[in-house]
Amino acid sequence: MMPPDDANSVSVFALVSSGRHPVSGRAGRAREDARAVEMGLMLAGSALKLAHAGDADDGALRDCLEAYLGMFHGLGDDRPGELSLLPMTTEDDAVAALSEWLANSGARLVLTGQRAECGEGSAMLPYLLAERLGWSVVAGIAAIESVDAGSATLLQALPQGQRRRLDVRLPCLVAVDAVAPAPRQSAFGPARRGSINVVEGIETSPDTARRAWQTQPARARPRRLKVVKSGNARDRFKAAAAKSSASGGQVLSGLTPDQAAEKLIDYLRKEKILREEKTPSISEEASAADQ
Amino acid sequence: MLQTLLPILIFAALIVGAIGALRRVRLWRQGRRSPMVWRRILLIPKRYLNDLHHVVARDKAMAHTHVATAGGFVAAMALAVVVHGFGWRHPILGGLLLAASAAMFVGALAVNRRRVKPPEKLSRGPWQRLSKSLLAYSVGMFLISLPLVGIAPALFGGGVLAVLLIALVAWGVLEMIVGMGWGGPMKHAFAGSLHLAFHRRPERFDDRHPKSIRPSGHQFDQDASHDEHRGSRSTALFPLDLNAEKLGVEKPADFQWEQLLGFDACVQCGRCQAVCPAFAAGQPLNPKKLIQDMVVGMAGGTDSGYAGSGYPGIEVGKHHGASAEPIVPQLVEAETLWACTTCRACVEECPMMIEHVDAIVDMRRFITLERGETPEKGAAAIDNLIATDNPGGLDNASRLDWAADLEIPRIQDRPEGVDVLLWLGDGAFDMRNQRTLRALVKILRAGNVDFAVLGDEERDSGDVARRLGDEATFQRLAERNIATFSRYRFQRIVTADPHSFHVIGREYPAFGGEYVVKHHSTFIAELFDAGRLSVATSEQRETITYHDPCYLGRYNGEFAAPRQVLAALGLDVAEMERSGYRSRCCGGGGGAALSDVPGKARIPDMRMIDVRETGATTVAVACPQCTAMLEGVVEPRPQIKDLAELVADALIEQPTAADDIVSPADSEFFDEVPA
Repeated sequence: MMPPDDANSVSVFALVSSGRHPVSGRAGRAREDARAVEMGLMLAGSALKLAHAGDADDGALRDCLEAYLGMFHGLGDDRPGELSLLPMTTEDDAVAALSEWLANSGARLVLTGQRAECGEGSAMLPYLLAERLGWSVVAGIAAIESVDAGSATLLQALPQGQRRRLDVRLPCLVAVDAVAPAPRQSAFGPARRGSINVVEGIETSPDTARRAWQTQPARARPRRLKVVKSGNARDRFKAAAAKSSASGGQVLSGLTPDQAAEKLIDYLRKEKILREEKTPSISEEASAADQ
Repeated sequence: MLQTLLPILIFAALIVGAIGALRRVRLWRQGRRSPMVWRRILLIPKRYLNDLHHVVARDKAMAHTHVATAGGFVAAMALAVVVHGFGWRHPILGGLLLAASAAMFVGALAVNRRRVKPPEKLSRGPWQRLSKSLLAYSVGMFLISLPLVGIAPALFGGGVLAVLLIALVAWGVLEMIVGMGWGGPMKHAFAGSLHLAFHRRPERFDDRHPKSIRPSGHQFDQDASHDEHRGSRSTALFPLDLNAEKLGVEKPADFQWEQLLGFDACVQCGRCQAVCPAFAAGQPLNPKKLIQDMVVGMAGGTDSGYAGSGYPGIEVGKHHGASAEPIVPQLVEAETLWACTTCRACVEECPMMIEHVDAIVDMRRFITLERGETPEKGAAAIDNLIATDNPGGLDNASRLDWAADLEIPRIQDRPEGVDVLLWLGDGAFDMRNQRTLRALVKILRAGNVDFAVLGDEERDSGDVARRLGDEATFQRLAERNIATFSRYRFQRIVTADPHSFHVIGREYPAFGGEYVVKHHSTFIAELFDAGRLSVATSEQRETITYHDPCYLGRYNGEFAAPRQVLAALGLDVAEMERSGYRSRCCGGGGGAALSDVPGKARIPDMRMIDVRETGATTVAVACPQCTAMLEGVVEPRPQIKDLAELVADALIEQPTAADDIVSPADSEFFDEVPA
């Protein structure tokens, strides 16, 4: 899919986390992170580097990280996978550790899943990391079309199979959507041969924001059934298959970034999401996304 | 002239043949080494005459042919060395030589008659030539030896006739002796004898081997399926060392050397091809071709010299291999390996005792463990096994949902121990199999059996993972199940799943778990024997047939108990043509239902044709997998009933037993419901 020169010129990393099986709750590959690794392997082959910030002494975590290393097969060479483990406790802030390490790693393109399956699972990590590093960030990515030294062309997933092509400047953080190509099988042999390198000298800081939070188990709520009364099988099928999609939207094209930002801000004000005073950070991000 | 030429010819052939044989040995020694026990060579005569001949003798005509031809040749050759080679021209020896040649000639005639219109399963090419060479050798040796007993001494003194005779004998010796060493059809005799000596499964030749599990000992004498199997059923897969540098077989040189030797023993008789369900279904697998491809890989070259049936849908002659080159895909396509149902029909039929299934699983291990290229649904099943301990990815706590109203005792509540640990298997998640399990519980209750289940502590036995080549997941499951077993006390394990029965009974011992495991058919037969079950025999006569599950029958030799149970129910079993040790697979074993390699027909459909041929309206089954596969055949078709269901339907309920289950309040409620 990719001319190898492009991939070699850009160093590609994937951030992985411990998944949680929806039925058994057992640790394993997280579904979106595994897709991010798959995307990275298609792009960079065995040159892809993996990273995780977590408890280096946790045996279950190591099993789960090895499952990602088990994906390093069928790449044209037998180079085993490498994963950098940034040691920290569960109390610490992964953003701090990862941003410090990524800033010095030479990474240009960092792939990760959109949302972790355990822990906070707030889906904020890519944004917080990008903010600290001053990188571009894009979410909901279904495919990477091309990468060159300074930029990448990505496909962003929209509802009902629509795709939007984005050009982003590197370095860039890419949050991979669940509709990205399915990950390859994790094989025992490559998993065994891959190496987990514990990175020394990472300064960790406690996650102060979380300390103030209260957590409680989620209450299972009955899900409202959407009953379609039509006697017509086609209608019932359409209703069952339909995804919620926004309506009444407006496609704006051919605008300069500044004009686009103005339009977006106007819209957000109309929807009472933005208050009257202008916030510079939002407009920057909006223009980045529109490019 | 003859007296000078013959010794030269004989000794030259022996020397050239021996050089070829040594080169052949070097090919085998490319495989992984294991300690050599030279005295095993002494085992060859017993293993040949007993075990090998027993398999050959399933085709009586062929067995007689082979005895005459091979016996005649061995005797004629040995005598020829003495008489013509060393020149000890004793008339008695000469007479014996004539008799041996004559016997060989008769055998060779039979071989040639079979080769006039060879059946599809036979290979042609050099094998067609061999039949002529047998004639040449026997005729030549007979005529050339006539002067020894004083017949026509003047005739053969010299001239054209002598040259002609020498040419005949030379042709024969070239094929029989030189060809044996240099890879001709006669190679099978040389490699086959050594294969018998160094077979990886010596238990197959020893019916008193400690590893053997003898089936229940019930006798049954149906001609169609009766087979006094020689040796033990050595059917457990070999454990794989997960710390080995390379897992499984990538290249021909990764096989054990005994396996390479075994491939070379193949005589291309095609018995495996004739019984292979995947081949019959038009899936790209032919056990005979697979073994020949392994020979091509071991010796290097292409498969263009192969003169038999190929893999359905794959052209012969396009693949090549070498001992240090990967097998998949240049020599064998991956789908060929995934089409196998591991039913062992080929192994059971093979007169050379070749282990096809071991080789296939070895290659699957490499694909799964090193390449990560298990077919999609197989890979999903493995992921589920890792995450949830069952291949469906279901909540293991729901393993007993079907028995919510049965109040089945849990072994966790019985620290003093129980008689029977009922192993449910993954059929517990399948609605069809839940009916079987409910029937089995009813039978156990009727027989006053003290039993309990593990509930959500039960995991998949690891059968599917292991057959798909994922030895790592299998060993993990096996170790965890063995750890679970060790926490509880029970006399034996009873299961309605032959796959669990086989894996726990035969494959767990290698991991330290030794248990008495019984298939439910055996256990129910024992309950009948002990008079603990009373059944009403059916009034309406119906024809019923029984489908032997591979993992119960061929793998574990239990053919008698299911038939005994059916007899106890007063049912007449109309046997299918392929039943007992020759039972045809349902298509559901070895992960084949997951890999689902496309073919021209479906294996269960073909099995249902076998069922229909008996005129049966019901086919009794004894395996959840067989039930699912056969019920997948479109209606109208005979109905499919597990043995447990048939027995439970015929049970005469003891009134006291019923009271325990249905409370008085419930009975009143039922009374009020208008019928």
